[in-house]
Amino acid sequence: MKKSRNVFLFFILLLIVIGIVSIMIGSYHMSFHDILQTFLGKGDKLQEFTIYQSRLPRIMLAVLVGSALGVSGSILQSITRNPLAEPGVIGINAGAALFVVLWISASSSAYYSELPFAKVIFIPFIAMIGSLVSMLMIYLLANKKGLQPMRLLLCGIGVNAGIQAIITFYQLNMSKGDYNQVLTWTNGSLWGSSWQYVLLILPIIVILIFIAMMRSRILDVLGLGDELALSVGVAVKKERVFFFVLSTLLAAVATSVAGNIAFLALLGPQIAKKLVTNQYRYLIPLSAIISAIILLVADLFAKNLFSPIEIPVGIMVSILGVPYFLYLMLNRK
Amino acid sequence: MSSRLKWTIAIGILLLLLGMLLSIQIGAKDISTSEILKAFFQFEGTMHDQLIMNVRLPRMLAGVFVGGLLAMSGSMMQGVMRNPLADPSLLGVNQGATLMVAISSVLWVQGGVFTNFFMALLGACISGGCILLFTIKNIYKQGITPILLAGTAMSMFFLSLASIVALIGNRSQELAFWIAGGFRQVTWDQLWLLLIVGSVCSLMAYRLASKINILSMGDEASISLGISPEKVKIKMILWMIPICAVCVAVAGNIGFVGLFIPHIMRKVIGNDYRILMPLSFLYGSIVLVFADIAARMLSAPYELPVGLFSACIGVPAFLILVQKEKR
Repeated sequence: MKKSRNVFLFFILLLIVIGIVSIMIGSYHMSFHDILQTFLGKGDKLQEFTIYQSRLPRIMLAVLVGSALGVSGSILQSITRNPLAEPGVIGINAGAALFVVLWISASSSAYYSELPFAKVIFIPFIAMIGSLVSMLMIYLLANKKGLQPMRLLLCGIGVNAGIQAIITFYQLNMSKGDYNQVLTWTNGSLWGSSWQYVLLILPIIVILIFIAMMRSRILDVLGLGDELALSVGVAVKKERVFFFVLSTLLAAVATSVAGNIAFLALLGPQIAKKLVTNQYRYLIPLSAIISAIILLVADLFAKNLFSPIEIPVGIMVSILGVPYFLYLMLNRK
Repeated sequence: MSSRLKWTIAIGILLLLLGMLLSIQIGAKDISTSEILKAFFQFEGTMHDQLIMNVRLPRMLAGVFVGGLLAMSGSMMQGVMRNPLADPSLLGVNQGATLMVAISSVLWVQGGVFTNFFMALLGACISGGCILLFTIKNIYKQGITPILLAGTAMSMFFLSLASIVALIGNRSQELAFWIAGGFRQVTWDQLWLLLIVGSVCSLMAYRLASKINILSMGDEASISLGISPEKVKIKMILWMIPICAVCVAVAGNIGFVGLFIPHIMRKVIGNDYRILMPLSFLYGSIVLVFADIAARMLSAPYELPVGLFSACIGVPAFLILVQKEKR
């Protein structure tokens, strides 16, 4: 698999280059030389602060969130056998977002760094519960005479619309300042990033992606169709539920820190599929890397395009993602 | 005319009249019936008279027309696409209009009624154009799912762009109220616009009713009867675009009304679009007039967006319909 290895090398290099570019560009510009100096411990206070406290955690967070969503989408598209399945469109992200909004604003109106630590530590778990609730709803509604991919998507769209309405209702009762913050967050944003959040989600995401990698062969088989998978001894129903939960949890953790970023889980896996062979051993990590790159680039634009106003990165991603989605749609057989 | 149809019409008209009356009476200030009659026939310019003629009446009439127009355009779309899940707000037509309204509200703050309408029309044309493209590509031969997904994607896209515009102009909460829909600021100017555009376009669309009847039997059947399905679809979408645009310009984005009303009506009186379209109009009006009353009353003195109420009924209805989808 020499070709696959080259593809991987190329994208890892690209990720690193874009990472460095995102350290350089911002409202405080730094040259490549400055960055090297700072990493070697020779930078001044301002440079150290910018890199270690502001830009680096943000980049780490983007990479983590991007890979979680990429893997989540890749799994979801495999088990539904539908290239259009995406946790943002079918309401999984929205469920997580709703629960987190409720949790954060339950007793205070502080966001991000002002939150007490006791609250922050539970955020990923609250998000998981929320997304599992919406997943369960979708599953129960769609599971009639077996789980049909198309019905799953339609039910997801309905559940998504319902949850969005609840979030809107909740948001409209807020003051204008609070509203803007929650809006940025529900549309997907990385501006509250700090090491705290990175450390919080890093172990969870690594473990979940590891599990997905371990069982990637079952995903390969599931993609062949129910009959074939059964005939080689895969418990199709059980495995499908397992992977559905896995992909939901990944999306939930990503949503818990970065808000509802839709369409990223669609873009990464689709591009990955075009580049390497159809084995999930390769597809999963490549989708993760590509999604991380896309999120980093989108964040770069979101930060700097209308500076000092920051656009939620989720919006940038959907501006990239929707045309591609429609293109996929129109070219389906 | 069957007796069932007569009853449906009679009950509908009674309910609508009741809703109209209640909508004028109930509010932050309750007004008695005799005072309403007095305001109509002997207008003296007192506080109550002003309130009735310039606030409550336009608001109530806007509810009647917007509800009716949305439900009717929903029934048209469902007929043409031969699928009960079609609805202008689900397919992104309303959101396209919302985007342009957001842009105009940031660029020209004193935009006024007509700017809003023309911007909404432009937006609805863009998203309606996309749907036309899908129609020509014929992607809903594989069922409604692809086109619904495309609609969801488009509405997310337009709302995302609208959020950017609103964030830059620092008007995002106003925009959210707009997206959720409501009749707070209806004036007579807007109402006239709604009346004229709405009635012209819906009458033109109604002339297509018998063709939609034939089309709903299938493309082959309509071709063999000498009706080009493409032409009917395109004409229908062309008449629907200004209807949606004027509804969004007046009341914001009220979703799902076009989804469940025609469906209930179809259960009651059957699949004849010549009757279905006006009856959807009637019952759509009823639902929005009562939803507007509820929006004012439930958390008074604050107001809830009307769109939330229609979503409350619309989302479960949508999910039930999905269950019944064959594919």
